[in-house]
Amino acid sequence: MSDLERGPDAGAGRSEGDADDRADRAVEDAVLEVEALEKRFGGIVAVDGASFAVERGSITGLIGPNGAGKSTTFNCIAGVHRPNGGRVVFDGEEITGEEPHQVANRGLVRTFQIARELPEMTVLENMMLAPKGQRGESLWRSVLPYFREEVLDQERELRERAWETLEFFEIDHLAEEYAKNLSGGQRKLLELARALQTDPEMLMLDEPMAGVNPTLEKKLLEHVHQLREQGYSFLIVEHDMDVIMNNCERVIVMHQGAVLDEGAPAEIKSNEQVIEAYLGGEV
Amino acid sequence: MSGADPDGDPETETAEVPGDEEPDDSEEPSAVIRPEWRSDLLLVAKVVLATYVGFFVVGVLSGAGVNATVGTIQSITFFGAIFALGALALNLHWGYTGMFNIGIAGFMAIGAYTLSIAVASPDGSPAGFGLPIPVGIVLGTIAAGLAGLVLVIPTLRVRADYFAIVTLGFSEIVRLSVQSRSLREIGDTAYGTGGGQGIRATPVDSVVGWLFDQPIVGDVGGVLIVLGETVGIASSVLERGIYTLVLILFVVAFYVLLTRIAHSPFGRVLKAIREDELAAKSLGKRTDRAKIAAFALGCALMGLVGTLWMGSRTHISPDNFMPLITFYVFVALIVGGAGSNTGSVIGGFAFAAFIFEGPRFVRTMVRANLGTDFPRTAHGAFAELGAGDPSALIGYVLYQQADEVRYIVLGVVLIVLMIKRPDGLLGHRKEIAAGVDLSRRGPVADGGRPAVGSDDRAGTESETDDPAATNGGDRDE
Amino acid sequence: MGVGNTGKGVSELADEVRERLSSPSGQELFALLIVLGIVVLALDLVRRLATGEMAFGRLWRYTWNGLVDSLYIALAAIGLSMTYSILRFANFSHGDLVTTGAFSGWAVAWLIGGWGVYGVGELVLFSPTAAGPTGGELGMSVLASPVAILVGLVAAALLTIGVALAIDRLVYRRMRDASGISLLIASVGVALALRYIIGVFWTVESHSATASAPILEEIPAWLPFERLNLHELTLVATAVGLIVGLHLLLQYTKLGKAMRAMADNKDLALITGIPTERVIFATWSIGAGLAGVAGYLIVLDRGQFSINIGWFLLLLIFAAVILGGIGSIYGALVGSLVIGLTINVSLVWIPADLNEIAAFTLMILILIVKPDGLLGGVETA
Ligand SMILES: Nc1ncnc2c1ncn2[C@@H]1O[C@H](COP(=O)(O)OP(=O)(O)O)[C@@H](O)[C@H]1O
Ligand SMILES: [Mg+2]
Repeated sequence: MSDLERGPDAGAGRSEGDADDRADRAVEDAVLEVEALEKRFGGIVAVDGASFAVERGSITGLIGPNGAGKSTTFNCIAGVHRPNGGRVVFDGEEITGEEPHQVANRGLVRTFQIARELPEMTVLENMMLAPKGQRGESLWRSVLPYFREEVLDQERELRERAWETLEFFEIDHLAEEYAKNLSGGQRKLLELARALQTDPEMLMLDEPMAGVNPTLEKKLLEHVHQLREQGYSFLIVEHDMDVIMNNCERVIVMHQGAVLDEGAPAEIKSNEQVIEAYLGGEV
Repeated sequence: MSGADPDGDPETETAEVPGDEEPDDSEEPSAVIRPEWRSDLLLVAKVVLATYVGFFVVGVLSGAGVNATVGTIQSITFFGAIFALGALALNLHWGYTGMFNIGIAGFMAIGAYTLSIAVASPDGSPAGFGLPIPVGIVLGTIAAGLAGLVLVIPTLRVRADYFAIVTLGFSEIVRLSVQSRSLREIGDTAYGTGGGQGIRATPVDSVVGWLFDQPIVGDVGGVLIVLGETVGIASSVLERGIYTLVLILFVVAFYVLLTRIAHSPFGRVLKAIREDELAAKSLGKRTDRAKIAAFALGCALMGLVGTLWMGSRTHISPDNFMPLITFYVFVALIVGGAGSNTGSVIGGFAFAAFIFEGPRFVRTMVRANLGTDFPRTAHGAFAELGAGDPSALIGYVLYQQADEVRYIVLGVVLIVLMIKRPDGLLGHRKEIAAGVDLSRRGPVADGGRPAVGSDDRAGTESETDDPAATNGGDRDE
Repeated sequence: MGVGNTGKGVSELADEVRERLSSPSGQELFALLIVLGIVVLALDLVRRLATGEMAFGRLWRYTWNGLVDSLYIALAAIGLSMTYSILRFANFSHGDLVTTGAFSGWAVAWLIGGWGVYGVGELVLFSPTAAGPTGGELGMSVLASPVAILVGLVAAALLTIGVALAIDRLVYRRMRDASGISLLIASVGVALALRYIIGVFWTVESHSATASAPILEEIPAWLPFERLNLHELTLVATAVGLIVGLHLLLQYTKLGKAMRAMADNKDLALITGIPTERVIFATWSIGAGLAGVAGYLIVLDRGQFSINIGWFLLLLIFAAVILGGIGSIYGALVGSLVIGLTINVSLVWIPADLNEIAAFTLMILILIVKPDGLLGGVETA
């Protein structure tokens, strides 16, 4: 159930100010900054002045009870929703209100809470779709004789990359399977693998571990750590406190559309409000 | 039909077990991935041949006569080509991109009217510009494409079922416009649409006469006509047959064009739009641009079909472009299976043979065996049935009402397909949207290729995958 | 309740997302242009009236015709809107239910009017041969044979309901889980089959079923009419009566409340899952009954009809439903009013054979600018 109906306590103004302070304190080189983000759906205020920043090259967790506004925040950042207020800055440039494909082409790529694989396309097709700068995405180049040769050359390269990434995620045995035939966990992996194909700078993962079995979950986290080593930044929404605490350098806690707390996992753990929000959220 | 060729479509069978089929084919490792040109062509040939033989045998045995039977077969081929063209164009919209366009008749009308106005004689009423036919065809194609462009840009965000209503509304607007008295002759000019009467212009199939005037082709044609007449086939049937051959060339051209699109990154984006537009956008795909391009191209092709089909009449009028035309094409595509170009061709042909021409052929057979003396009304038919003559009712339905029967069959086929076989008669066909075979790379195949694409990707990132790949472990699980 | 957190809301979310994707500024601009256009037309109308370029009586006649047209469009639109929202597909065979009502109702009316004098076949098929009677000879007017006309009206409703329920059982019930597009395509098939089955019996020629309408010449002075066409009046009275009756049904009965809830509240419909067969039964009954009556009344008013009567009406009905916002019954009434007035009042500016173009253009514009309909977002029931 939504927390909006539950607690009269958390005022938006207060957490906004706090969030700014915290951001200044903790993040030195922010790859993503969100300022006073606001999103309303009719009467519902889904995101209510959330502000936070994500350190470049970090794994940052975004937690909060169901309905806290995490997915909506993602959607506002990624351009799916146009926020009613606030700013989003990626890599020093404002991207507020840009279209999803513009945001993605800047190198900020997201996955969805409910995996959006392309069901009637094979895993390989899913992978081949993602890379940026495909010349054959223009109608003319994909058809006209001379240009098509170039396109096919590029296709061969992309094929190599697709297989490499699939092998990295150990789902290459599923390459020729329709995406709709994958298990929930495999879809999540595919979505992540596909997102990587775009050469992103930063990945936003919405509950990547939901519906994933423990073995796969471990693997997925390993992959995330490996990728972080290679320089990717991560913002991960996750319900499981333990996962967040053990894997993230920094944690942002959202509650009722606003940022409740922000900091290292240990600090967060001891925050009374967070504990309360979580206890409340789970009842 | 699907039962008739067990080997025609290996893709469907092997889809569930990736990795372990066709172990020995070293050149093209996997049938799952590569478009199977040969087997697809074979499949089309089989269906066509079986249909020809079937109609011929039934026609001759039932006493319909060689000329009537060959006439039917030529008609089937003509309409088979027309509906294959229509279905191929629609497949780009609906099968690939998921754009539910039921305004096909409107785009055909724009193509055909543009052609007619362009080529009609300047002295006619309404007057035309007297341009050569090929110019008219090109203009008609462009006009339909432009109309598609104008329609699709504001409707990019419209839901699929609303898009259907928008496109149907559009095609009716086109039809009512050309029918309108106020556009019969525009302003004080002699040009116009001719209103309800339509326009008279040189038909497109006059190309056949032109061909017959050419040195070698004409001689061959002359011989063919003489040969035909000796076995009882009228020269008009043969001449029409030659125009049909021209149409078949267009089918091949459409097929090549659309298959190229289907097996390209552009086609992949279209397919992704069909599956989940937001997912495609979130991967950075410019879906709007792709939709606009695909829709405009499909509409242009529909306009071209309009010129080739309706343009082959000496006269076009608004009644040629009723929404029924759209549903013909739709059924053709659904019969073959949306999403497959080969299916579109087979569907177009099967539709023409069994639904479009079938009832007329039955009518021909009824006439040959039972005569034409049937009651003209249901009242009369039932009266004679009451008097003990069932052939009156049969004749009434199959002879007098052959057109109505066609539409009923059309409707029933649509319903049954949607309930029983939404993937089409051929079943689901796996056609992979990629320019190359995606199956696991061969060691030699591409080793020497220069890295053409890597320079426009961010240099640092393209390296990131490499260490990962070595960690990824075995290729063979 | 978090839409994004409940697994079943995927398609809902997708719709929602797509909606949010649309750039509001462009749409607003577009909407503004439309409003501007309407204002300009209204001002022009005032100018024409003021300068005497157009007589007030002509405008009133257009308006009255618009009201009449909107009534039968409304009867059909209500049912289309209901099936659209409850069964979740655009039913392209709805127009042919109108046709079914016209043919079945008038066949019964003729049967009663000419019983014992003419053969059953001749009556039911509206005199397929020259030997049969005409509508005039049978006295098919509300004054000459009110009973036949009334029984025909009831039969139109009942037989159309029967046909719709049979179709539902044969076709749509087998497809309850299918996508809206599959159902839409199937409904096109139903439309064709139904129309041409009728065509096999009644042919594609046009028929004329009624006697010429009785006209009242002596009208109370306070009424804005010089003369009253009683058939038109019957249409108006019946349609208004049925709409008021439906309103009462929806407002005051349990079934009505359930249906309203299902039609108006998509979330509730989602939670309750696939609507129960009982509600579907009621939906088809009301929707088809009203469609059948609409077809019957159109023929009463116009006299002439053919098997295309419903198909030609279909897009206008869709236009009304879309304008009012799909699923909203009261919206469908408003939409019908707008469409009815558009196709008639537009005659001030454009020739009569372009008026439907105006209506369809309006429909397309609304679908682009405000797909929720004119009343979208407003609680209407
Ligand atoms: N598209 C939408 N329309 C209306 N309300 C929405 C929509 N998306 C989310 N909400 C509401 O916004 C609030 C936040 O939802 P969400 O961002 O999904 O939370 P979280 O991901 O933190 O669980 C919830 O109350 C939810 O019901
Ligand atoms: Mg969420």
